[in-house]
Amino acid sequence: MKLAQVASSLIVGSLFVSASVFAQKSELKGPVRIDGSSTVFPITEAVAEEFLRTQPKVNVTVGVSGTGGGFKRFCAGETDIANASRPIKPSEMEIAKTTGIEFIELPIAYDGLTIGVNKENTWATDLTIADLKRIFSTENTAKTWKDLNAAWPAQPILVYSPGTDSGTFDYFKEVVMGKEGKARSDMSVSEDDNALVMGVSGNKYAIGFFGCAYYFENTDKLTAVKVNGIAPTANTIEDGSYAPFSRPLFVYVNSKSASNPQVKAFVDFYLANAATLSAEVGYVKFPAAIYGKVANNWTKGRLGTQFTTADGKSISTSFSKTYE
Amino acid sequence: MNQRVPSKGTPIASWRRLAANRMFLVACLAATLLAVLVLSALLISILVDGWSSLHWDFLNSFASRKPEKAGIKAALFGSLWVVATCTVLAVPMGIGTALYLEEFAKKSRLTRFIQLNITNLSGVPSIVYGIIGLTAFTRLFGMIGANDAWSIGSEESFFYLRLPFGPSVLTAALTLMLVVLPVVIVASQEALRAVPKSLREGSLAMGATTWQTIWRTTLPAASPTILTGVILAISRAIGEAAPILVIGGALLIFQTPTNLMSDFTVLPLQIFNWAGRPQAGFHSIAAAAILVQLVLLLIFNGTAVAIRLRLQKPLQ
Repeated sequence: MKLAQVASSLIVGSLFVSASVFAQKSELKGPVRIDGSSTVFPITEAVAEEFLRTQPKVNVTVGVSGTGGGFKRFCAGETDIANASRPIKPSEMEIAKTTGIEFIELPIAYDGLTIGVNKENTWATDLTIADLKRIFSTENTAKTWKDLNAAWPAQPILVYSPGTDSGTFDYFKEVVMGKEGKARSDMSVSEDDNALVMGVSGNKYAIGFFGCAYYFENTDKLTAVKVNGIAPTANTIEDGSYAPFSRPLFVYVNSKSASNPQVKAFVDFYLANAATLSAEVGYVKFPAAIYGKVANNWTKGRLGTQFTTADGKSISTSFSKTYE
Repeated sequence: MNQRVPSKGTPIASWRRLAANRMFLVACLAATLLAVLVLSALLISILVDGWSSLHWDFLNSFASRKPEKAGIKAALFGSLWVVATCTVLAVPMGIGTALYLEEFAKKSRLTRFIQLNITNLSGVPSIVYGIIGLTAFTRLFGMIGANDAWSIGSEESFFYLRLPFGPSVLTAALTLMLVVLPVVIVASQEALRAVPKSLREGSLAMGATTWQTIWRTTLPAASPTILTGVILAISRAIGEAAPILVIGGALLIFQTPTNLMSDFTVLPLQIFNWAGRPQAGFHSIAAAAILVQLVLLLIFNGTAVAIRLRLQKPLQ
């Protein structure tokens, strides 16, 4: 498996190098301005690093104003590409309409949410969405583990959560308690996912959630809770069986910028390497079929989002269905 | 017990007073030690984490997805450019304002109003200045349009200037100038106030103008204290991450600035990002970057202290 991956990336890499030697004699120049989600940042960083090996004169800059901040700048025409950990919102599309910005939406990889418990927690290793709802929401809250199951310890559940205005929190909340649900207020909240990992690994009765990259780096300190019997691994996230806790990450490309040769080359390179590089920095690649669809959208220049209808309503089907 | 202390002329030396004295001493010592202890614990843990990652390549390479290859060249140069520009802008303006308020302006309702505002501004969180910077400098209130609506020179020339400024070194310097100005102004005012009135009166009595008095007498006497304020201000500017994030400063960039319009990133932003990454390798290079930032601060402070020692002459 590993060997095959290395071999395939080598082949892809050498193909690209030879292609660039023979086909692309001209060196590209000019800016590629990117801003947005800090979750997507590591993937874009990896892509930019590799891209600049082939095109050292292109000036790629990547900011981390967050998904919302990134879209604000994108819709004002200040950036060429927006990194986003969620689809663009109807309100943001309104702004884009007034400024005359059109965009191409490109999903690039999965970020799986992991629900983690302490290593010494031997009881709650497999939970249902209903259990999670009772742990994290204000509705019929389970204050102790015993509230969920009479055989479990009568100890208070210590809840760790990312900041309530982060994309990770939004996604988790919507999956577990729906749009109207309210998260309990007595959680330990931190913007730093490493702090959540520390908190959960230090308390026997704690539970928390964070991006899967943080679990993959700390498998010796945490146990990942199975959801309906499925554990979060690269495979279960990629094939969709860990749904609904695998969320897609996106880049949005300004369609006017897409005709700039340096931006076009960068996005081409991004899509060709998204699978390998996203896995390398701790995220999960899509199945090949989805990348095929995405590449097709890019070459055809398919404008707009596939998550909102023309009249501004969100489409509620799951991501993999949309891109099937 | 109370026999050994009393000396000639001491009033009733009860053991209570002496014990209270001793206790106060112990309390002060404990407070000092606690602060030193916390600081050294912090420094030691950063040293342990970061020392092994600190080498020449770390200073001389750009960011990378692989922690062992990543470096802080862009952030280091970005920080130096931004702080240097900020100092050049903030110091003359800050001292000028202080001179006006202390030496020229008559105490009126207007000056009291200005004074009140300056004092209040020093308490405003820096992220608020970031929002002002985004509207006023990055976008110039949207009056001129988006990216490079108007420019002089090309991107390669050192005098390149464009409007609106965009997320550039100049935007960051102007925004940080707003952050540190209240500190510089208030410190300079305190310094000017501490200059004895007799000095000014002496100068004026010899027929000097107000300007001559300020330039030859008041400012030289106040300059060591003013410099202390400036050091504090620069130390604050070099540590700011939030306003830089808001004005649209980049995090990843593979060039060092070449002019005031260059894109840039700064050390605190790089540290913040690395410390939040899942991989432990990034945490140790974050510690190494903190060490570089500390050394930078020490160099700034050391230079300022050296200048101050040279300037400090006894009042004649």
